[in-house]
Amino acid sequence: MSDDVTTAAFGAWVRRFAELVAQERDHLTELDSAIGDADHGTNLDRGMKAAVAALDEQQPSSAGPLLTKVGMTLVSTVGGASGPLYGTLFLRMGSTLGDVPRTTPEQVAAAFRAGLEGVVARGKAQADDKTMYDALAPALDALEAALSDGLGLGDALTRARASAEAGRDATIPMLARKGRASYLGERSVGHQDPGATSVTLLIAAAADALG
Amino acid sequence: MKKLINDPNDVVVEALLGVEAAHPDLRVDHANKIIYRGDTPKPGKVGIISGGGSGHEPLHGGFVGLGMLDAACAGEVFTSPVPDQMLAATKLVDGGIGVLHVVKNYTGDVMNFEMAAEMAAAETGAKVVSVVTDDDVAVQDSTWTAGRRGVGVTVLLEKIAGAAAEQGRDLDGVADIARRVNAQGRSMGVALTSCTVPAAGSPTFELGEDEMELGVGIHGEPGRTRVPLAPAKEIAEMLVEPILSDLPFESGDGVIAFVNGLGGTPLIELYVMYNEVHKILAGHGVSVARSLVGSYITSLEMAGSSVTLLKADDELLGLWDAPVRTPALRWGI
Repeated sequence: MSDDVTTAAFGAWVRRFAELVAQERDHLTELDSAIGDADHGTNLDRGMKAAVAALDEQQPSSAGPLLTKVGMTLVSTVGGASGPLYGTLFLRMGSTLGDVPRTTPEQVAAAFRAGLEGVVARGKAQADDKTMYDALAPALDALEAALSDGLGLGDALTRARASAEAGRDATIPMLARKGRASYLGERSVGHQDPGATSVTLLIAAAADALG
Repeated sequence: MKKLINDPNDVVVEALLGVEAAHPDLRVDHANKIIYRGDTPKPGKVGIISGGGSGHEPLHGGFVGLGMLDAACAGEVFTSPVPDQMLAATKLVDGGIGVLHVVKNYTGDVMNFEMAAEMAAAETGAKVVSVVTDDDVAVQDSTWTAGRRGVGVTVLLEKIAGAAAEQGRDLDGVADIARRVNAQGRSMGVALTSCTVPAAGSPTFELGEDEMELGVGIHGEPGRTRVPLAPAKEIAEMLVEPILSDLPFESGDGVIAFVNGLGGTPLIELYVMYNEVHKILAGHGVSVARSLVGSYITSLEMAGSSVTLLKADDELLGLWDAPVRTPALRWGI
């Protein structure tokens, strides 16, 4: 299948995400200043730079171990809430993909779904809590729907990106119920969630590199 | 940004070098950013570790020593440490009868400590119990939030649980005392200025000359309401009344009263606040059994104050009075 994803493509995805996070670092931190504690961009950038350095040093030859390595690095370097959440996302994706050289689009979608379940188990977030869930969940719904409609992975990920962006924008009017933003109550309304913003970059990077 | 630093990226690392140089009875694991007692682990004593983002000094590293913490993990400024650090600290202080993790209730801290406890159980079989502090009455509706924040009570808890561990109580006994302190303590804070995270370079929020932010936490995050600046007498009421009605504290209760500075407020102002707090408590028939006044849990250079009240019985007061020797608290020795 020409649509199968190679290990190299997963490596490219991680690197593309690191690039986007570096570009958007100050923006993410600025969003976090409004309703959090002004460190999301700095922390995620530090973690993704460490993840890319770990891959530069030794890139595993199959997707599962590669994503597991990224997850372990994030858990060990990011801290805050983003470390365990992004770390768990990659760790779950890695254990779901396993030690295989090529991955079908359906396996990619299943790995993302397992990653989301890991994030929910760790962070206990639900829909409309104003978190990364609100961008990631609609993106994965769109990805799965597009694949079952017979679209190729590239087109499916492009739809997923659009849904992530819509989910991200929909966090603006939400009242935060998780994380530090929840301490603000009504004052969290009117601000875009930094976690939903960064996870939209993750999906955008997937559309660029995996599709 | 005007700070006594070299490079914003080196603040935590260089501060740990300073701690090591200033306090020869403490040790520092620089790779894992852990401050620990030179005499740990002590066989037969429960180990107590805590940790959190940096920028709250002296919390937690300044409370490492006899009668308080065995180790403290330092994260980046305002960012929880990572599980590897708590795991390493747990191994360092485990004297064979278990380790207590003192965790402030913030999403990141709770998740990272949770992962560390899972790793400790899997790797070493160490017995770990976590006690989470959540004493901030400014956070109202806990069903719809991440729950109340852990603030001033954390300092009192680390002192009291530390004394219980020093007496040789077992892990369940030390954890019970710690939970009791958290259950009987309440806090609330006010900010007069914002603060600047070194890596960010500019203040986290803007606050006008004639404004204050009521119900702030310790991470430069905005509070619940912005109100006009008021005299200390009125500010004390805005902090103490919600605390009293929340537990509730009642006439005849004895308390440990803790007036804390958030980093940028001079001690003279804290004593002005303490005077007001003391009068309000007297008016409610609440007697102050012990007091603590000073900057012990801070938010970088934020000006402002928090008030913590802990309903104390003879057992808690006995543990409070027990000897302690740490960089930030020392008495009875």
